[in-house]
Amino acid sequence: MYILVIGCGRTGSSIANLLSKEGKNVVVVDRDGEAFDRLSAEFTGFTIVGDATEIEVLKEAKLDKTDVAVITTNDDNVNAMIAQIASKLYNISKVFVRVIDPSKEVIYENTNIIQMNPTNLLVSEFKDRIIS
Amino acid sequence: MRIIIVGGGKVVYHLAKNFTAKGYEVVIINKDKDYCKMLDRKTNSLAICGDGSQPEYLIQAEARKADAILALTDNDPDNLFICQLAQKEFGISQTFAVVNNPDNEEIFKSLGVETIFNTTKLISLLIEQRVEVSDVNNLLSIEEGRISISQVVLRPTSPVLGKTVRELDLPHDIVFGCVIRNENVLIPHGDTKLLEGDKVLIITLPEKQGEAFSVLSGE
Repeated sequence: MYILVIGCGRTGSSIANLLSKEGKNVVVVDRDGEAFDRLSAEFTGFTIVGDATEIEVLKEAKLDKTDVAVITTNDDNVNAMIAQIASKLYNISKVFVRVIDPSKEVIYENTNIIQMNPTNLLVSEFKDRIIS
Repeated sequence: MRIIIVGGGKVVYHLAKNFTAKGYEVVIINKDKDYCKMLDRKTNSLAICGDGSQPEYLIQAEARKADAILALTDNDPDNLFICQLAQKEFGISQTFAVVNNPDNEEIFKSLGVETIFNTTKLISLLIEQRVEVSDVNNLLSIEEGRISISQVVLRPTSPVLGKTVRELDLPHDIVFGCVIRNENVLIPHGDTKLLEGDKVLIITLPEKQGEAFSVLSGE
């Protein structure tokens, strides 16, 4: 399975590390080469320095051969653009995207893109534990 | 007509002045407070200070009542997001976006943005279309530069003088719109003869324009 991780911040790097450890083929893209310092010594995948809003960079990362895309940059609008390119234009069935601002979730209505909203997850976890 | 513009700079300022002068209602969303104050002072538009890709600012701008939205920031993902949000959440069907990276034109189109200004492409097209011959006058470029309308004046050196339209060896994708001869406008048929001094109006694909000019001017 070929997994493409866009954004190598805390979230992206952790996912990349875990998946690589599980034996998956992982490629990580980030604008900033220093971000790859977050990858662990056991990480066996590839890294690409580049702006993933440029289609050239996505092509270099072999978006056409990707089974799963995980998009975790710290910009919701960038994430939305890349997620739609992956899902609608390249027909990748499993596209995961991190949504930082809950009010921007609406953009993913009627799409197959799987959203992960840390704020909502945290809030509902807190709520459940407080109330139960 | 009610238009929302997201972005800043001179273009937005002049657009705002232009549109309000025509009686349109213009709302501008910009992150910069000073810029918004300036717009408030110098134009008749309403300036909202905020991030146009966040629904709350579009609500403030009464996006539901808007007829069109223009996303003119220098950040392509922002422009795409603004247009899609406007469509999905506020039902604005007329969405315009600038693309700064020319590769994004196709992507934006496939993702539902109605009209796209590809500035890089437009400028390079304009430069390419600026033909050296002074007999050629580019009148109009429509559909974002996919069709050009231009006028060629037939000089004494033109190889087509005395020939009929049918006899011309014109490449495909070129249409003779009309011939202006002195004060008269002729709609050309296959047997219309071309004379010196005729102004020929042609409609072409931009890439065929050069060929058309060389057939008509002989250069």
